[in-house]
Amino acid sequence: MQKIPQRQIHKYLRHDKKFPHVWCPGCSNGIVLGATIRAIAELGFERDNVAMVSGIGCSSRMPVYADFNTLHSLHGRAIAYATGIKMYKPEMEVVVITGDGDGTAIGGNHFIHAARRNIDLTVILINNYIYGMTGGQYSPTTPHGDNSTTTQYGNIDPTFDICKLAIGAGATFVARTSAYHVDESKSFIMQALKHKGFSLVEIISACPVIYGKLNKKGDAPAMMKSMKENIIPVKQYEKLSQEDRINKQTRGILFHDTEKKEYTAAYQELIDSLKKPEEESNE
Amino acid sequence: MQSNKSKLKTVLMQGNEAIARGALAAGLDFFAGYPITPSTEIAEICSVELPKFGGKFLQMEDEIASISAIIGASLAGAKTMTATSGPGYSLMTEGIGFAKMTETPCVVVNVMRGGPSTGLPTKPSQADIMQAKWGNHGDAPAIVLYPNSVSESYELSIRAMNLAEKYRTCVVLLSDEVLGHMREPIELPNLANVKIVKRITPTKPPEWYQHYPDNPKYPMPKASFGEGYRFHVTGLSHDSKGFPTNRADETAVLMSRLRNKILHHIDDIVQLESFQMEDAKVAIFAAGITSRAAKEAVMIARKNGVKVGMLRPLTIWPFPDAAVRKLLEDQETIIIPELNEGQLSREIKRVMGCSWNSESKTCKYIVQLNKTNGQLITPEEIFNLIKEVI
Repeated sequence: MQKIPQRQIHKYLRHDKKFPHVWCPGCSNGIVLGATIRAIAELGFERDNVAMVSGIGCSSRMPVYADFNTLHSLHGRAIAYATGIKMYKPEMEVVVITGDGDGTAIGGNHFIHAARRNIDLTVILINNYIYGMTGGQYSPTTPHGDNSTTTQYGNIDPTFDICKLAIGAGATFVARTSAYHVDESKSFIMQALKHKGFSLVEIISACPVIYGKLNKKGDAPAMMKSMKENIIPVKQYEKLSQEDRINKQTRGILFHDTEKKEYTAAYQELIDSLKKPEEESNE
Repeated sequence: MQSNKSKLKTVLMQGNEAIARGALAAGLDFFAGYPITPSTEIAEICSVELPKFGGKFLQMEDEIASISAIIGASLAGAKTMTATSGPGYSLMTEGIGFAKMTETPCVVVNVMRGGPSTGLPTKPSQADIMQAKWGNHGDAPAIVLYPNSVSESYELSIRAMNLAEKYRTCVVLLSDEVLGHMREPIELPNLANVKIVKRITPTKPPEWYQHYPDNPKYPMPKASFGEGYRFHVTGLSHDSKGFPTNRADETAVLMSRLRNKILHHIDDIVQLESFQMEDAKVAIFAAGITSRAAKEAVMIARKNGVKVGMLRPLTIWPFPDAAVRKLLEDQETIIIPELNEGQLSREIKRVMGCSWNSESKTCKYIVQLNKTNGQLITPEEIFNLIKEVI
């Protein structure tokens, strides 16, 4: 695959949309948007054939900047809207942009059921450990003990492992990386787009202005450095002692199953099976 | 089939089935729903019929997902419906607001049952009249239809689908547990003669296309995802291209379009049935299943020498203010039987210009007959009330 030059990326951005974007300085969402567009460009997908669907939250503001068929839906509902689009037009590439709160708290039900169906959606979940848009409340992935505006005495909630949740629910491509690992992000998104079935790419991101500030994580470069050091390949992680695993996260393709039937294909088979008796009776 | 082209086919059909078959006749090709009594037959029939011709049926994980999926499919070009009852309708209201805001056509059927809460799942009510109007956050006028027979369920199901397309909005079709489950013979129309509003695709090149034109004509054209237009849809306040805006002038245009596309077309949307009102001194105002008892009460009363008529809205919202006022203003008494605690009565009192405590003549003679115990109002109960008040 050849490298896509910068100006070709511009083709995928909306120039009649009022840039600059809404995101804070140091936010990783732009990196993920870049990785997503590069993945789509390198795969050669037609813009007309791509739908980008999001819910509500910082990451969910992404579709407005991208020159695809774009839907900025309701909080938590992106996957349900995307299911409607994909079911009606299975030939379209449907990408869902969501976050930790949008995707796994309010949207948790839609997330697990779309994974169970194994419908061919590519879900890019940007995990910044916090509700940023509303000013820093704790999410299902805010680490235990951390600060947020609604856990000012420290978070007592256990956290979700989103990838394990997806695998348990029946997703057939599950990968995790971080916004620091930008080439890996692009590579995982490309593989997820190519995969026929429900795919999840969790991208851990830096929110220096809200999560970082509330938890003394330093500025954006410091948070990037932390992601570089603490989000490590699965094999490296497995070699670590229990003690050394604290504060470490795995990255890599965690699950890939090409056997399970994709949902829109299964429905098409159902449609085809109903056609046959009629054709026979016409003969 | 072809030799019977002009003939009508009479079949015995259930109310819920009539809604499903009517929608299919109107071009329904995508249904997503979640099981709830007493609406479930609509989903069951769609699950059987849609895949036969390449349509799609989805049973979603909840009602929120159902309305979300049909809006998504509608954006991709589908003609869509979902069906539910009161509690499910409450969950759908966030999606209904989104469909209205983004001007995405879809139909939501609410087969009403006793409430509040889980209430009486297998008994009828008419207690979602107000929920159907106000059941979304923010201001957005509603189109709500309510039939009173199986054959009308079929006809209004087609009409709901047509109005959704024409005005690019979410149309609510009300029914109730009795109407939904009873069986009546209906004459199926020749589909060639059924008027169907097809989706009008834009003729402008994509770079000129406005998904939300400032001064639209109705039926309002709509591009679909995957057809080269690459438009943006958001529930945020948006400009004519669909991009988010905070500007007061752009938001004002959007809000007035949402309002005026309904309010400026009331004559097109509203349907009223007037039954023996010409010489009536007493009028019964009733909708849906209760209007059948009301009609019977009119006939009983007339046999007893009392001149009673009935006025029935087939369109509940927008409320037919002007037409109702004209037809009811000369009545000595207006009786409003309904299976709730006075939702239509409240509208009639508003339209007739009186508040709850008013002592004006009109108000004294507006008489409510309410029942919320899961039983229907009988013709005798209405007739007895007529005898009491005249």
